[in-house]
Amino acid sequence: MNNLIDLEKKINSELGTKINTSEIKHNQIYLEIDSEDLIDVVLFVKTNKDTKFRQLIDITVVDYPERSKRFKIVYLFLSHEFNQRMILSYDISENEVIASLTPIFPSANWMEREVFDMYGVSFKDHPDLRRILTDYGFEGHPLRKDFPLTGHTEVRYSEDQKKVVNEPVKLEQNYRNFDYESPWEGTKYIKELTDSNDKKN
Amino acid sequence: MTKKIKNLNLNFGPQHPAAHGVLRLILELDGEVVEKADPHIGLLHRGTEKLIENKTYMQAVPYFDRLDYVAPMNQEHAFALAVEKILDIDVPIRAQFIRVMFCEIGRILSHILNVTTQALDVGALTPSLWGFEERETLMTFYERASGSRLHANYFRAGGVHQDLPAGLETDIGKFCETFPKIINDLENLLTDNRIFKQRNVDIGVVTKEDALDYSFSGVMIRGSGVPWDLRKSQPYDCYNQLEFKIPVGKNGDCYDRYLCRIEEMKESVKIIKQCLSKMEKGPIKTFDGKITPPSKKDIKQSMEALIHHFKLFTEGYRVPEDEIYTAVEAPKGEFGVYLISDGSSKPYKCKIRAPGFSHLQSMDYLIKGHMLADVPAVLGSLDIVFGEVDR
Repeated sequence: MNNLIDLEKKINSELGTKINTSEIKHNQIYLEIDSEDLIDVVLFVKTNKDTKFRQLIDITVVDYPERSKRFKIVYLFLSHEFNQRMILSYDISENEVIASLTPIFPSANWMEREVFDMYGVSFKDHPDLRRILTDYGFEGHPLRKDFPLTGHTEVRYSEDQKKVVNEPVKLEQNYRNFDYESPWEGTKYIKELTDSNDKKN
Repeated sequence: MTKKIKNLNLNFGPQHPAAHGVLRLILELDGEVVEKADPHIGLLHRGTEKLIENKTYMQAVPYFDRLDYVAPMNQEHAFALAVEKILDIDVPIRAQFIRVMFCEIGRILSHILNVTTQALDVGALTPSLWGFEERETLMTFYERASGSRLHANYFRAGGVHQDLPAGLETDIGKFCETFPKIINDLENLLTDNRIFKQRNVDIGVVTKEDALDYSFSGVMIRGSGVPWDLRKSQPYDCYNQLEFKIPVGKNGDCYDRYLCRIEEMKESVKIIKQCLSKMEKGPIKTFDGKITPPSKKDIKQSMEALIHHFKLFTEGYRVPEDEIYTAVEAPKGEFGVYLISDGSSKPYKCKIRAPGFSHLQSMDYLIKGHMLADVPAVLGSLDIVFGEVDR
């Protein structure tokens, strides 16, 4: 299967009902499926002799807070044999628990832990679903769009208590996120300030 | 009389010279044999991906230097390529050669550090002293091109920031003449060294199948005999105009990976030489004024250039809505950027695929049944840099 168009045809004919949309761009194939079909589709593309996507490159999530199905889970695959890349994705809502790929790809273990840590998406049957990148005892999921860039807490060594303590973030200066696309209204916190002043007057 | 023997739990790191950074490794030992290894990572987590979502495309570049800080420009390359593909712009040929040349310099930088520290981990001090001298020379090249030894911030979508200063090409050419001798010296010290071989041969063996299953890439997969290199199989920039070989290992142990790295350095020197001879004078970034900032001279004379300069350094350039995954062959393996743009001047999402992340994940699989003393040897051959693992 040297041609992406052949590959798209093959996948669509074999897995017809399970593929919602398929597209070829940037020399890669993009597939959208439903969350319950994940295991079937992945097993097929991994084992079929015409696809052989033997390597899972990465798993990640895109957060769209305004959608009802908030998270888009993305799997990147690579086939060494045919030198092709595939991007597989599906949408889930916030509290949905999804299937783990660890039985098929052992490398999915840490990738799913990272997804869990960063976005709070849970996996069924994951052998060891712990936080991975954030600190011990961290709360929240940093890569969600509603998590502030500065975070909620900061750590410092307390000379009195002789240990590292967590405290709410105190900034000497507000984080300034300039909106250059509509520069005349000013930054958000200045806008809030003037709004509240207007109300007082 | 029977005695109950309990397994010993050992905490390796986060402050350990052989941990190559801030790795905390919880080892379960039965005598001196490792039963289980549980790496705790994230001690260097800086939230790079979150920060990039809040910066313009141009401001995002420096964050890539700070991932694998041993070979900074290779990371920038992946990001620049991703943005270029979405914007659909062409890179001038001179810029392509400059970028490839500096990527190969980065590869040598990374491999020198890895090979010599791997030797250090198993007890040889001299190679690292010799190697660091060469790294210093290479970092001067970085400095002369970009103004900074490590955090270069040199690649841009559409080319590079500045042209090479006068004389740099000759000096890099001279380095290519002297460096192969240094590699030979290193090889004289290590390749046939009895102690080095005892510590590395048949340690941390990876089979072909497992290398695929564990998402290995780069030297980790080539050491196991899979001839896979993105520079050959999915060539980017001007790699298809250059001639080089891909060294492949046989046994997949620490020693083969060491040999692969040594050979790759020799190939990199060849690539740099070819780049130098094929490079001609010409533009070093795209002419598209909506992406490339105007020159200082133009700003002083043209109102339009001044406006462009102002807009590019405040709002930044906008990137049309798209979704893309682009990977490059970084010294440590496949380094990829999964980018989602939403039409604004900031990325909506930028996932960084670091090779070290999946390599370190397999620590438990690699070290099970080995002796405690093999832990640094295996860790050394994995080529871990925490900047990219923790992001």
